[in-house]
Amino acid sequence: MAGEERRKERLDRGIKARSEGLYAISSWREVGYLLAPRAGLIVVLLLAPLVVPSLYWQRVLGLAGVYALLALSFDFLAERVGLVCIGGAFMIGVGGYVSGVLNFYFGLPVALTIPVGTLGGAMICTLLWLPCLPLRGIYFAVVTFMFPFLATSVILAGGFFRGTEGLSPIAGFPNIWVAVYLILVIVLLAIFGLRRLCGEDIGIVLAGIKDNDQAVLASGINLTRVKVYALFIGTLMGCFAGAFVAHFFGFVGLSLFAVDFSIMPIAACIMGGPGTMAGPVVGAFILAPLSELLRGFGQLRVVLYCAVLVAFILFKPEGLLNWAARKYHQFEHWVKV
Amino acid sequence: MDVFIYGVVNGMIFVLMAVGFSFVYGISRLPNFAHGALYVVTGFITWSFIHNTGLPYWLSVIISLIIVSLAGIAIYQFVMIRVRGMPISEIIVSFAIGLAILEGLRLQGIGGFKGFIGPGYVLPPFIEGVVITPWVTIDIQRLLIIAVGFLILGFMWVFTHYHKMGLALRAMAQHERAALMLGINSDRMANIALAIGSALAGLAAVAIMPLGNINCESGYTVLTNAIAVCVIGGLGSWGGTILAALTLGLATTIMSAFGGTMWNKVLVFGLIIFILIVRPSGLFGQQKELEERV
Repeated sequence: MAGEERRKERLDRGIKARSEGLYAISSWREVGYLLAPRAGLIVVLLLAPLVVPSLYWQRVLGLAGVYALLALSFDFLAERVGLVCIGGAFMIGVGGYVSGVLNFYFGLPVALTIPVGTLGGAMICTLLWLPCLPLRGIYFAVVTFMFPFLATSVILAGGFFRGTEGLSPIAGFPNIWVAVYLILVIVLLAIFGLRRLCGEDIGIVLAGIKDNDQAVLASGINLTRVKVYALFIGTLMGCFAGAFVAHFFGFVGLSLFAVDFSIMPIAACIMGGPGTMAGPVVGAFILAPLSELLRGFGQLRVVLYCAVLVAFILFKPEGLLNWAARKYHQFEHWVKV
Repeated sequence: MDVFIYGVVNGMIFVLMAVGFSFVYGISRLPNFAHGALYVVTGFITWSFIHNTGLPYWLSVIISLIIVSLAGIAIYQFVMIRVRGMPISEIIVSFAIGLAILEGLRLQGIGGFKGFIGPGYVLPPFIEGVVITPWVTIDIQRLLIIAVGFLILGFMWVFTHYHKMGLALRAMAQHERAALMLGINSDRMANIALAIGSALAGLAAVAIMPLGNINCESGYTVLTNAIAVCVIGGLGSWGGTILAALTLGLATTIMSAFGGTMWNKVLVFGLIIFILIVRPSGLFGQQKELEERV
């Protein structure tokens, strides 16, 4: 190597060190430093439906919320538990079908079908994936990826729930505001709830499972049992998104098992920053409107997700939010080696 | 009787679909989830050569196989090399590439590109004709598939067991560091593995596609079938691969004969999930079970 070599030195900002402990509440500046990113996210998400120009874009926001929940579920399961679950479409489908069937055949109101669809769907998903839990890594990913296809072919082959035709009409929300704010509030609750959960005892056990499950096993913890809790929490979000989608579109059909719902959350998660909880949400709220702009080009949307996915994995594997967090917390400057 | 014969043919189709994927993943531990896309791409490239340049069939097949193996090398050299050793990233990246190719082929209206949609894309069979025996009537293309299948399997077995390069590939799968110490260049080997695997996908496409038309959806089917065979048979085991493929072929044929074609996919997926849960290393897998399961 000729010439001088340089490397980037990173130092924590003083305010970061100060605001880490109890001293965080010593002055308004530290409090503001801690609150700014969190409050910023909440305010932006809650103001978004008021700011966007038309009903159409409000619907896009709702859809972005659905993707955000799926991305959160993927992020939680993959980065915090080590279960790489790429079958988001299955959660959407199960949640959607449960609440759709309840509404279509039994005429239950939306206020009842969504909770039942969420809980029931999560139970069904967890039960069906329960036998796969001993699998790890690639194998779990492959199996979960196959489930939406399996569900589609079972419904097609058996002609259940009116087969390809789908169930329509499903009762919608009273108005668009209820729908959009419902999903946005749930997204916010999910972000902060999951972050809280990951700091609790069970979150530490889950992180342990991700890093070294044999060690966790040796500590006398029942792996499968803890994984079931995690899976239930993960699918809860996915199935809520599914139940929401069913009423949002007013339709339940095979399109709920589409690959879009599996691949887009992964793209959002990788783009936003894996393991940060808020990152995938940011990613989803960037990608969903972007793909909406490309709706006229048909399949170009899927190509776009794939391009984003590949580009971020290759060139910025840390994702947007990790990058932003680094800039927020640290000074960077070049030093001579 | 004809159920049995067609079952064997179907089994060979499964073998052909899986052999490239199994070669790349089982031998060099690179999950190439763009396998199905490469399969479809070969079909379209061959079709384009025949219909746009008027090259003879055999020449366009050879050219498209070369193009596809170069594509395999490109996938490794520019993309997968950067995520080597992170299985999940490898899967996501290669699957994303495959998805982009498959959906990209269906794009319409950009730069006058009409998209490969519709029933018009058909490859002609190598040899026209039908063999009629007292038990069964079968066209020559299907017999050809059996022949090609056995040929490829035999060739690959000899290649990985007796040729120096094949042995190097297996060494890499077993213990990459030891292989490196013995002077095996792992990136070069991975390139070769992907090139051969892609060419095998292309060969499968050329052999199988004359039975139907070329469409993008078959890319997903090929990928899932390839995964099914590999998972059921056990990775890196040729005997397991053949047995699994024949089992799946017979099972799907019997299913279509007596239960209806619709349940075929259910059967394939059901079998994969069942086997993965009961025996994740496959029927004849050579991996230690403890490493794969908790």
